[in-house]
Amino acid sequence: MLNLKISDLKVEVEGKLVLRGVNLQARSGEVHVIMGPNGSGKSTLAYTLTGHPRYKVTHGRVVLQQKNVLKLTPSERAKLGFFLAFQQPVTVEGVSVQRFLWRAWEATHPHKLEFTRFKRQLTQHCARLGLAQEFLDRSLNYGFSGGEKKKLEILQLLTLRPKVIILDEPDSGIDVDGIKSVAAAVIGYLKQEPEAIAVLITHYSTILSYLIPDKVHLFIKGKIVKKGSSTLVEQIRKNGFMGWRSL
Amino acid sequence: MNYKYRIEPGISTGVVKTISHIKNEPTWMLAKRLMALSIFTRKPLPQWGADLSGLNLDLIHYYTQPLAREETRWNKIPEEIRRTYERLGVPKAERKLLGGSKFQYESEVVYGDLLRSLAKKGVVFLSMDEGLRQHPQLVRQYFGTVVPAGDNKFAALNSAVWSGGSFVYIPAGVKVDMPLQAYFRLNSPRTGQFERTLIIAEEGSSVHYIEGCSAPVYARGSLHAGVVEIIIKPRAVVQYTTIQNWYKNVYNLVTKRMRVEEEGQGIWVDCNLGSKVTMKYPSCILAGRKAHGEVISLAVATAGQHQDSGAKMLHLGPDTTSIITSKSISKGGGRTSYRGAVKVFPGALRARSKVVCDALILDALSRSDTYPHNLIAQEDAVLEHEATVSKVGEEQLFYLTSRGLSPQEAWSMVVNGFAAPVIKRLPLEYAVELNRLIELEMEGSVG
Repeated sequence: MLNLKISDLKVEVEGKLVLRGVNLQARSGEVHVIMGPNGSGKSTLAYTLTGHPRYKVTHGRVVLQQKNVLKLTPSERAKLGFFLAFQQPVTVEGVSVQRFLWRAWEATHPHKLEFTRFKRQLTQHCARLGLAQEFLDRSLNYGFSGGEKKKLEILQLLTLRPKVIILDEPDSGIDVDGIKSVAAAVIGYLKQEPEAIAVLITHYSTILSYLIPDKVHLFIKGKIVKKGSSTLVEQIRKNGFMGWRSL
Repeated sequence: MNYKYRIEPGISTGVVKTISHIKNEPTWMLAKRLMALSIFTRKPLPQWGADLSGLNLDLIHYYTQPLAREETRWNKIPEEIRRTYERLGVPKAERKLLGGSKFQYESEVVYGDLLRSLAKKGVVFLSMDEGLRQHPQLVRQYFGTVVPAGDNKFAALNSAVWSGGSFVYIPAGVKVDMPLQAYFRLNSPRTGQFERTLIIAEEGSSVHYIEGCSAPVYARGSLHAGVVEIIIKPRAVVQYTTIQNWYKNVYNLVTKRMRVEEEGQGIWVDCNLGSKVTMKYPSCILAGRKAHGEVISLAVATAGQHQDSGAKMLHLGPDTTSIITSKSISKGGGRTSYRGAVKVFPGALRARSKVVCDALILDALSRSDTYPHNLIAQEDAVLEHEATVSKVGEEQLFYLTSRGLSPQEAWSMVVNGFAAPVIKRLPLEYAVELNRLIELEMEGSVG
């Protein structure tokens, strides 16, 4: 059983305080949803948890398995099981999806796996996401459509089998069928990895009709102003974020 | 290192005559050399391109002859030279893989080998000196026809004092499946290397020629001013691949040009990692109908280096096509420049050319510039030019490390990925070697 504990987290970006004291606790098997308007600090939380150098933690703690996560480098966090599905993944020309994933697998898994077995699993994951075999030979995100980019993030998730998965708007820039298959893949993954914790950041409620959250956190101006269950999603769907902004 | 012969520094009529005399050349070659010398003396240094003010032409030894004669058996080569080559990673196994190989140590070619089957088909692969002795008619017919002595100051210098290099002749219809390889090496201070290479590919033939260059540590700067001339007859295909890794005090000023006739294809794959200054612009004269020229280049410049390289495409015939792909990486204060010219002459109907320049700048100290010159005298010509400059950003590095890669691994993945289009054009062993060299250059990239 894993327990991720974020306490009173304050984060600056380029001298500006963006997270102003965030508290969140998540356990294995739980799906947490973070909703909130643009600029409320949702992505900042995602980057901070995975160790982006531009985000400076000025206060607070993040603990997983008795480890002070904030002291670790991004690659050490990946080895501990952190994974961020990027909202806007970057392009790396000349590096194939397959080669990258194999190197990332080797880096994050101490036990050996034969390449042929790895490849077989990779092929199965591709099929699950409706991606053609040729997808594996393409350069990372090079010339990808919005939907392909999102699916590559999910393909990485399925392949690398992380423990703490942070999905930063996996439903933006992708059509409804895409959202469905992304949601189905995440649900399948959580069933198969009962230890995993999911933190989903989204603007929209569409994905939440497939992926039912255990807890919903409403982010306004760098703070969680309201915690609730699926009913909070319903409230936000009806009234938007307006009512909460004054808080 | 002991030398059999080493001419005092500086250049003069006497020096040129001595070189020609040692080589026991026909008088017409001596006449060509002397003509070239007078052009060299009159021509000023180029007023454009890289800074050549550190180059003192009076301190260069224009001819050095090691003790060894050209040998066809590896174990006959003096041990010292053999060890150097082995350290350089020119393993014996490689010689079996390649169609033939020539190693040039200082000014004379000391090792030559060509698989018998190729020789039987009439393929000639000799040092230029030997080529001149055995095939004087061919040499006289083609020497200086693609790169005349008057082309530029360093082509003139080479034409005056040239020594070594390769002479390759591929008879009509012969396809050489394995690459021919030559390895050039400078080993003593203030030595100049002026190899001269002439490749003639007759109708419908094909060949891939690879040269690697390397130089160890010196006290003072050395000069490499080679000339490569390639004649591609109708429907012949020639690829000329260079992996240049001179030591970082060498001035590398090379003229490379090919003439491509009807439906022929000429490809330069040019990788420049070493040297202090490189000025090199492989070019294709697309003379015949449907002739095709390609230059695929990679330049890597780190501290104290300036790689001023590019390509030149001269479209003369109708329906000629050309592609220039230039990739450069600058790091630690290194500077890369792309300097290219595409010229479409009257009568080159429907000529098409595509130029793609991608520069990767790894830090704020480094620099990259692009100087394209296009001259189009034919209305229906199509010219595309794309240029991108990218910085390996924090974002790329974060993306890769967030998946568990170390920062070093992430760097080298980005850089090798960038160079991949060039690396893909090399035979496997060379691709592996180039990857390794790039990784060495990238060491210490991570702060």
